Amino acid sequence: MSDASKEWPLWEVFVRGKGGLSHRHVGSVHAADAKMAIEHARDTYTRRMEGVSLWVLPSAQITSSDPGDAAALFEPAEDKVYRHPTFYKIPDGITHI
Amino acid sequence: MDAIATYALRLGDDSLILGQRLGEWCGHAPALEVDLSLANVALDQIGQATHFLNLAGALEGEGRDGDKLAFHRDVMDFTNCLLVEQPNGDFAQTIARLFLFAHYQELLFTALTASKDARLAAIAAKAVKETAYHATLVSDWVVRLGDGTEESRARMIAGLDWMWRFVDELFVMDEVDAAAIEAGVGVDKSALRGAWDQRIDAVLADATLERPAARRPVLGGRSGRHSEHLGHLLSEMQFLQRAYPGATW
Repeated sequence: MSDASKEWPLWEVFVRGKGGLSHRHVGSVHAADAKMAIEHARDTYTRRMEGVSLWVLPSAQITSSDPGDAAALFEPAEDKVYRHPTFYKIPDGITHI
Repeated sequence: MDAIATYALRLGDDSLILGQRLGEWCGHAPALEVDLSLANVALDQIGQATHFLNLAGALEGEGRDGDKLAFHRDVMDFTNCLLVEQPNGDFAQTIARLFLFAHYQELLFTALTASKDARLAAIAAKAVKETAYHATLVSDWVVRLGDGTEESRARMIAGLDWMWRFVDELFVMDEVDAAAIEAGVGVDKSALRGAWDQRIDAVLADATLERPAARRPVLGGRSGRHSEHLGHLLSEMQFLQRAYPGATW
């Protein structure tokens, strides 16, 4: 068994800053199981009242896009300015939009 | 000190010494995340100690605050239970000590929120949330180590065996407790033992562990008769104020 395989697996941590906001990715922790991951996330990322709720998920469960495909995936959107809803007037005092 | 001041002093000393012990792990824990977990618990305990010792000093009325009580008393004047001063040993021994103490502390603080002394009740109300988390966190570790590998299991058993003889002292009552209960301020600790036993047994069952064999209880911490370990702890904790009296930062 190699040293690497003895390490606890990595978990991605998401914190909800306050009610109504979505969970945001803040970093990762090592943990042997989901319960330990929540405890480590609590102890590592919410020490200063950063959150009201936590999600953790195994990093290995994330499927990411291939950086080599970036041109085909993302560049075609560059000249589609009409997809931005910039033609609406937003009333004053609206936040989180 | 009168009985109520001494009552607050004992609560503060328990939290202070446990916090100092757990702080010794800082930079040495098995993983970075565990280092943070133990330091968080240590800081919670030292925060509780600050409140309890400041209150003890105020009740005493001789101008001593929490810092003075923490850093300018000698071994014989400390009133913490013997359990919290026991050495860290390995990680499992540290977990065993926190496991036995955190469940006691959560039950104690829960009852103390009903104290007629509003200051004690307020400190307990804040601290009980911290302690509830400590009890959960440490119980999970007891299960992981006990129901883990052959080695982690052997170490967990040895850790519990080391700490077990200091359990009975947690629930011993004396004239200070009697006076505090009489005044409606203190908690009947002996009444907490049943609930404590249930909690401990449930976690041990999850961890596939047996209760350690009954040992002759070791008592004396409340009256200043401490193990050899406390002096060493204090020599480190109090070094700065002993070498540079009154130093601030």
